[in-house]
Formats: sequence, C-alpha cells, structure tokens
Amino acid sequence: MTKPHFRKLLGALVVTSVLSGTLGFAFADTTILNVSYDPTRELYKAYDEAFAAHWKAETGETVTIQQSHGGSGAQARAVIDGLDADVVTLALEGDINAIVSKSKKINPDWRKKFENNSAPYTSTIIFLVRKGNPKGIHDWSDLVKDGVQVITPNPKTSGGARWNYLAAWAYANAHDGGDETKNKEFVGKLYANAPVLDTGARGSTVTFAQKGIGDVLIGWENDAYLALDEFGADNFEIVYPPTSILAEPPVAIVDANVDAKGTRKVAEAYLGWLYSKEAQTIIAKNHYRPAKPELVAPADIPKTPDIKLISIDDPLFGGWKKAQPYHFGDGGIFDQIYKPAQ
Amino acid sequence: MTTAPAQAGWRFKQPSVIPGFGLTLGFSLAYLTLIILIPLSGLVWRSASLGWTEFWAIATDRRTLNALEISFGTAFIAAAVNVVFGTLVAWVLVRYRFPGRRIVDAMVDLPFALPTAVAGIALTTLYAPNGWIGKLLMPLGIKVAYTPLGIVIALIFIGLPFVVRTVQPIMEEIDKEVEEAAATLGASRFQIITRVLFPGLAPAIITGFSLAFARGVGEYGSVIFIAGNLPYKSEIAPLLIVIRLEEYNYPAATAIAAIMLALSFVMLLIVNLVQTWSRKRYG
Repeated sequence: MTKPHFRKLLGALVVTSVLSGTLGFAFADTTILNVSYDPTRELYKAYDEAFAAHWKAETGETVTIQQSHGGSGAQARAVIDGLDADVVTLALEGDINAIVSKSKKINPDWRKKFENNSAPYTSTIIFLVRKGNPKGIHDWSDLVKDGVQVITPNPKTSGGARWNYLAAWAYANAHDGGDETKNKEFVGKLYANAPVLDTGARGSTVTFAQKGIGDVLIGWENDAYLALDEFGADNFEIVYPPTSILAEPPVAIVDANVDAKGTRKVAEAYLGWLYSKEAQTIIAKNHYRPAKPELVAPADIPKTPDIKLISIDDPLFGGWKKAQPYHFGDGGIFDQIYKPAQ
Repeated sequence: MTTAPAQAGWRFKQPSVIPGFGLTLGFSLAYLTLIILIPLSGLVWRSASLGWTEFWAIATDRRTLNALEISFGTAFIAAAVNVVFGTLVAWVLVRYRFPGRRIVDAMVDLPFALPTAVAGIALTTLYAPNGWIGKLLMPLGIKVAYTPLGIVIALIFIGLPFVVRTVQPIMEEIDKEVEEAAATLGASRFQIITRVLFPGLAPAIITGFSLAFARGVGEYGSVIFIAGNLPYKSEIAPLLIVIRLEEYNYPAATAIAAIMLALSFVMLLIVNLVQTWSRKRYG
C-alpha cells in the first residue's frame, strides 16, 4: 500500500471512529439486566417490549432490557459471584435470600419494597399427562402408585422442582395427619418413581413432552400451558390436583448494582410497572396468576379450577428461611429420602 | 505428551544451537504457572479451608464415592471402547483409499467442534425410549438413555477424536514394507499385527486412551442430558460439584474437585509409566 493511500485510510478510520463515537453517545440509552429463571422467558420477552414502550412514552428515554435465563439457583449464584444484574426475578424467595446473605447486594427488607410481598404474579404446580390420561392420574396419591413414572427436575438444582416437592409434601401432610415419617415415605416413593431428574424445569418439560418419557409431569402451571401450545393439545392434557402450593416467584432490585451503575430509577420503574393494568394483563396471558386480577379484563384471565393452595408461609413450612435448609440443604430431608437402602 | 527417558542425574539436555533457550523456558514456566498452576492451587487452597475431618467426610460420603465411581468407571469403559474402534478408524483412514475418505476424515473431528450440550441433547433424543435407536433397543430390553450406559455412549462420542488423532500420524509413519518383509519371512497376519504393528503403535494408543479418559472424567455438558442424574445411580461427579455449588457449599464442591484432580493425576501418571515401559519394551 502506498503512503497517500495509507493516509487516506487512516483518515477515514479516524473520522468513522469519531463519528460512531459521537453518534453512539447521542443514542446512548440505559441498559438494565433482568436475571430470571427458566420458565419466564416468554413472559419477560413480552413484558420488556411493553415496558420499553411505556418508558419511552413517559420519559422520552430509550431503555434496553437484557434478559438472562437459567436455573433459579444458578442465576442467584451468578449474581452473588458478580453478574451485573439490575433486577432479579427468581423462582423462589430462598434464592433472593441467598443473594442477601451471601453477597449483601440486596437489602434484607426487599420483600417490603413492592406490593404483595414483592411477588407481582403467582403460579402453582400442576400435572401434565398424556392424552386420555391412560394412568388415571387425578391427585398426588396417584403419583406414588407402582408403574407410574413421574417426571420432575432435581430440587437441588431447580427452583421449580422445590415447589413440586413442597406441594407433594403438603399433600402428604394433610393426608397422613402430619406424621413426618409418613410424609418422608410418601415423597420418597414419589421420587423413587422418577426415572430422570433433569437439572431444570424446562429440561423436564422437554423430557416429558418431546422425548416421551414418563406418565406425568409435575410442573409450573404456565409451563404446562406452554407445552400444550408447543407440543399440541391433542397429545397432552392438564390435570389439576385438588391441592397444590401457592408459588410466589418474587422480584427484587439488586441495590448494590443499581447504585453503582446509576440505574436505580429505571430499575425501580421496571419492577413497579409489573403491577400496572397492562403488565398484569401480559402476566395473565402468559398463564401466570396476576397479583391484582381486578385490573385485568375478565376475558383475559384464564379460567382455572378452584383448587386449594398452601402458602410457603404456612406453619407447615415456616417460610423459605426455614424450609430451604430443612428440606433442601445438605443432609436435609431430600437427601435423606434419596439415601439408598444400606 | 511425552515422558523424558530416565537420565543419569539431573541435567539439562544440551539446547540447540539456536539461542533463546532461557527465554523460552522462562516463558513456558511463567505461562504454565499462570494458566494451570495458580488456578489449580486456588482449588486446593479453597478446599483446604475444610480441615481434614470434614474433607474426609466428604471424600468418603457414599454419594461422592458413587459419583466418582460412575465418572471414572464410565470414562474408563468409553476410553477402552474408543481405543479399539478409534484405532480401527485410524487404520481405515490411513491404509485405504475410498470415495468420501476426506469427508470421513473431517467427520472424526466433529465431536471436537460441536458444543457438548448439543451432542448430549442429540444423543438423548436418539437413545430415548421413543428415539430412533432407543425404539429398536427397547424390545431387546436394553435401556440406554437415563442409565450409566447412556453416559458411556456420550463419552464414546466425545472421546473418539482423541484416539484417532493421536494414532493416525504414527500409523502413517509405519512403512508398509515392514509388513511385507514380515510376511515374506513367514509371519501370519495375526503375528504381523501383534509383533510388528502393535509395538510401534502402543505408545500412541496409550496416549489416545489417556486423553479420551481424561476428557471423559471431566465431561459435563453432553452427559447431564442423557444420564438421568439419579443420585447413587447415574449422577456424575461434575454434576455433584454443581449441586454443591447450588447449595452455596463452595468448600464441598472444591473438595470433590480436588479429589477428582488427584485421582486423574494418579491415573495419568500410571498411564505415563505404562507408556514409558512400553517404549522401553518395544523400543
């Protein structure tokens, strides 16, 4: 390359880099990162779009929302280890509490920050069975029968799986008169019927729906409806057990990160707007149960059978702070029921 | 991977006439320290926070032992299978000319390039009871997916290129005339393979084995989909490490990792000794 050519090229490079630099500055917008768990992929895709439009109309600012999905526990650990999340929207309170206690990046009173204990939507755990329900599965007691294969993820690696486990535990407790040994036996039998333990809720849905393993999938209500949409309603049907658990996936601002990045205002608006009429409608349409159903047009709320839902704050569990180590900690009940016969 | 032949006393081998030995050796050592030694010592250091009794409790926990057994056992079987069939593949690629040979040759490397999770999902789909292969095996009573056999299949898949690619170049160096000479001297085909070809190939085969084995021990992505992940039955040690991390039990996770590291090191050391011995034996 001759010298003049080289200079021209260099000049062009300088000009473009300066231009793109200033242009980039002019279009600078806020970017926030929402670290969430697996089954909320579709929900937040729809919500992020709506929120960005709402924020633009309200403040004139452009906000870009990045999403990160994975197993709830793994996501919490990533935030603890330094993932730059502005907000976390995880599967269970226990995972946010872990961020609070292990990294102090979230204020301990985060549950009071937003309405409904910072849970803008709730969900529950139900069954998905093959069309015609060949094994006649209607209640939790049907899951421990011989010859029934149950698909559920591993509670050690999946937040959704912990709700599954607790729902089964609550059923057993109600039916065995609160005898813990019998509860353990019931839940142990249920897990003995599981041929596979996937590491996440989505993995289990795929194992059941696509690979054709098992007779019943225990899973999130919204994931079951998604599976119907995705894999065909003529292959599967949803079964509502008479009792289940009230799953409250919570949301929280990662205080240390938003303060460092100066994104607190938009992050707070992002989670706060989840309680708006528009957001609650999106939530309902994605098969979650809105925290404020009165805001949503009745036609948009899916009709679900009235089943009895037990909260994690029920004395049976005593909240996540107690239930997490007791059931899922190292050497906890789950480990005990999985001990092979010596 | 080479092992320096035993020498009398500790002496540097005379460097070549081209200068730069000090610089390159210094760079190598610094680089190895930065990339390998520091992370590994971090691992040992973190698990050292446990204290001996706790470390021992984790190491001898039934679940840890089962997971290690599954990881090392399946990796061993898979590496052994790969030694046989990988050598065969290498032989065919080196000794025969057939249409599509280059494509087959390129295909061998695919497991290197493919994201392991993709391989795992693809294999699970194939071997699941309703998958193409699983459907055929089901009537025979063979269950592959969600059993240790599935883990072996996944590890065979990802380990194959290690054997083929280490054996192939050595095979190419073997002169066909040596075989012909043996044949003219009246050696049977079996004798040619065992007495003429194998001794030359043995070190490469052993290297291939140890590479495939080491890769299999640490493999995570392709295995967790097909393993079924049942504690005590088909739970691999890397998954147990992940589970301990999910419990925020970092010391226990690093302890299991340190045990794996030590076991792998011992295994590779043994393999290296065998290799040195075979070099001496067959020259």
